[in-house]
This record gives sequence, structure tokens and C-alpha cells, in this order.
Amino acid sequence: MRVMVFVKAGEDTEQGVPPPAEAFAAMDRFTEALVNAGVLVAGAGLKPSASAKRILVDGAARTVIDGPFAEMREMVAGFSIWEVKDMDEALAWARRCPNIMAVPSAVEIWPFIEAEDLAAPRDGERSRLGVA
Amino acid sequence: MTAGETHRAIEATFRIERARLIASLARLVRDIDRAEEMAQDALVIALAEWPRTGIPANPGAWLMTAAKRRAIDTIRRDTMRSRKHAEIARELDGAVDDPAEAIEASMDDDLGDELLGLLFTACHPILSAEARAALTLRVIGGLTTDEIARAFLSNEPTIAQRIVRAKKTIGKAGIAFAVPRGAERAARLASVLEVIYLIFNEGYAATAGEDLVRPSLCMEAQRLGRILAGLMPQDAEVFGLLALMEIQASRLHARTGPDGALLTLTEQDRTRWDRLLIRRGLDALARAEALGGADGPYALQAALAACHARAAKAEDTDWARIASLYDRLRDVMPSPVVDLNRAVAHCMAFGPEAGLKLVDALADAAALRNYAPLPAARGDFLFRAGRLAEARTEFEAAAKLTRNAREVAFLVARAEACGA
Repeated sequence: MRVMVFVKAGEDTEQGVPPPAEAFAAMDRFTEALVNAGVLVAGAGLKPSASAKRILVDGAARTVIDGPFAEMREMVAGFSIWEVKDMDEALAWARRCPNIMAVPSAVEIWPFIEAEDLAAPRDGERSRLGVA
Repeated sequence: MTAGETHRAIEATFRIERARLIASLARLVRDIDRAEEMAQDALVIALAEWPRTGIPANPGAWLMTAAKRRAIDTIRRDTMRSRKHAEIARELDGAVDDPAEAIEASMDDDLGDELLGLLFTACHPILSAEARAALTLRVIGGLTTDEIARAFLSNEPTIAQRIVRAKKTIGKAGIAFAVPRGAERAARLASVLEVIYLIFNEGYAATAGEDLVRPSLCMEAQRLGRILAGLMPQDAEVFGLLALMEIQASRLHARTGPDGALLTLTEQDRTRWDRLLIRRGLDALARAEALGGADGPYALQAALAACHARAAKAEDTDWARIASLYDRLRDVMPSPVVDLNRAVAHCMAFGPEAGLKLVDALADAAALRNYAPLPAARGDFLFRAGRLAEARTEFEAAAKLTRNAREVAFLVARAEACGA
């Protein structure tokens, strides 16, 4: 199964403070372990919300809001996609993710809707599958 | 955490570490069976200790230390028991070799290539291809013998027996659990790649509605390919194979129609191809080419798959490039099937006469006798050339050679479309 792993934003990441060198090194070691285990499929860090845009969708209307945004808990500082056997394995890997932030933060794991989760692929739903 | 959650967390951690653990232990004791037992012992110790202490910061190192300490205890006990023998042996050859000490000395000596060594050992050419695949899935993939049996449409005793025999063969041959060097390395790597691709193809051959273990073989093979790519970042064919598997896997869910029948590449709904896997496949292919491996057999097959992956619509397919890739593939992987596909590509790229010229040269190939795709392809070329009567004869011949009812219907319909 594939999971999307979100590293949630904290005050450090929002202010664009780069993590200290040793934190970077720890993160590199973790990433390398994920690669060597065949788990890491894709991933990237994201810039602070100051460079982000939010598009509000309401009926036919679209309203664009420029960052930065206030609701820190809803923001994402980075993501990666893992291929694991089950959620327990994803959890075991997530526990190993080093903490590179000085303040409390969070990591979330969301399983993909995979083709086998659908009884039969239907029109309109098809192109959503597995597209990242 | 509840006791149940802790238990599951420990088991998941163990699963992550298991292959590496077995690899390190196997290199020490030169015995996969004992290595598996020692790893299992380490899990038992962890299940007893971790609920109290919590999961350690570096669980892999913890498990390894526990397993090796247990190994030392066992060896010491064995040594005590056979002290007399040992003393006699020592007197005979004057050796002071203490296996327990050797293990102690190697405790902190993690070279990181143990896993690779185990993979090369499990894929050793002295084993049959089936035995290599089963052993690799067991010790590296961590699948149970029951899962492997279901995946290969076999039964558990057969697979268990196959694995036991493979381990014995390796033990008897005294294989060193190391990554081979020099000239041997290329041949042995080819064997590893062959096993991984065999596992992938077993999964790919599974059709919808079958036991889910079978399609998951594709994922297992991709995982093995990704592990290998992480450990051998300079080997072009490793990336060639990885690219081939990622791109083929991108079509897994588009291969079947609503009635479960297999669809050809041109019939598939390309919006259902997995973009993420295509992207990974193209990246791996670029890496293989950058490493100078563009003409490797896996890289060429991946490049062929990439031609289809890059075409958003079937009619956008770059057939001229496909034809030239088949020209090159034919040199490094000569096979009548490659030649037939090459003829199809030349027909699509340069017209039916070009295809006919190539396919006629294959008419006498023994391997293609009674091979329905040959007359089917020839019929298609003749049809495109407007030689309808001859095309009809070929389609009818192809239909007679086909057992799949849906394909028969397709070929009969094509024959009828040629007129009387």
C-alpha cells in the first residue's frame, strides 16, 4: 500500500529558519534508510506559506488568497510517499523520523485510495487513481 | 500504547529490520537457517523487553546486538559441549580460533553491504531460477512460505522443500555471503536481476480477481529493485530493470476491461496509467542512460515501455523510435519474439511492406511454429497492404492456434472483415 506522509508546519518552518546542520544530517540518514529499504517513492520539502496560494472554491466562484496563512496546524512543511506493507510498518518508519524542529510538531500518515479499494473503476473516478 | 499496539509496533519494527538482521547473521555463521533462528530469538527478546523499556532509538542496532549476544551464548555452549573435540582439533592444527570472539569483534563492524551479500547469495546461479525466487522472497522479502506458494500457484510443502534444499545447497557449496567482485560480479548481478524480473512477471501475469498475493509480487519486485538501486547506485542495468518494472507497473490497473479481459496497449484507458510510477520509471531510465547503460537489455526494454508511457494517445506513439530500439535490442537479446515485435514496429513506422519483409524472414523460425501472434501480425500487415484474401488466410490460421476464446473471436472478426 502507498501512504502520503505529511510533516506539518511549525513556527520554524513558517519563518524559513533552516534546521541546524546536525538535524539536516539526521534527516539525510533517515531518507537514505527509506531509500535503501525500498520504501521511499517520492518526497519534497515545501516553502513557507508566505509563498503559497489558497483557492477558495464555492460553486462556480474561485477566490484566490495569498499566503502567509494563520492556521499553522493545517499547514504542511513537507511530504513524502511511501510504499509499505501496512499501516503498522508506516507507523514504525514514521516513529523513526528525526525531529528537526525546535517546537512541537506533527507527522501524519494518510493511506492512498488504491484501485483495489474500489469495487470497480468507474468513469470520472478513474484518473484520480494513483495520480500524485 | 496498549499491549496489543506495542506488540504490533514491535512486530512492524522487526519486519523492517529482519532482512538486514538475517544478512549480518548469515555472514557470521554462514548458515541462513541459523541466521533466521537467531533473528527470531532477537524478536522474542524484544517482545519481552520493549514493552517495559519502550522501543529503543536505534531498534536495528538493538536487535542486532541481542541476536549476536544470543549467538555468542549458543556458540559458547556448543563449544563447552564439544570441548573435548575442540581441544583435539586445537592440538591437531594449533588453531586458537574462537568463533565467539570473532563475532564479538565484528559487533560494531557494520559494512552496510550484508543485505546485498545475502541477495547475491539467495540469487546464486547454482540454484534453479524458481529456488532463487522463493529463497529471495523468503529471506529478503520476508514473505511466508504460504504466501510464496499462493503467489506461484504452488503448494506450501513444495515451496518449503524448495527453500530447505536451496539453503542446503548454499551451505554445502560454502558460499561466502559476500558481494562478488571483478568478472564474477557481472554474471552474478545478471542472475539477481533475472530473479527480480521473474518475481515481477509472476505478479504481472496474474489476472484480476485472483489471490491478491499474486499482484503484490509486482510491488515486492519493485521494492527489491529499489533496494538494489539504493545499494548499487553505479550499476546501469539495475536502473534499467527498475525503470522497466516501474513503467510496466504503471499500467497494472488499466490492463483489464470491465469484464476482466486483458486489454492491449492501444485499447487501454491511458488516464488510468499511474503517473507517479511513470515518472519514477523515466527517472530511473535516465539514470541508466547517464551511467552509460543505454544499450543494456533491461534499459532497452524500459526505453520501449517509455515510448508508450510518453504517448498520451495511442496515435501519438513514436513508432520510428520503437523500431530503432528493437533494432538495438535484437543485437543484445536475440530472440524470435523480439524479431516479431520488431517487424510490428517497422510496419507501424514505415508501412506494411517493411513489416512483411521482416516477418517473412521469420517464417521458418522453429520457436514461432504454432505461435498465433506470428500469423496474426502477418495478417495485419497484409490487411494494411490491401492484400485481403491473403490476410484472411493468416487470421484464420492464427484463430486456429489460439485457445483464448476472446482472442479467437477477435481474430475471426478480423478474418471476416477481409471479405469473402
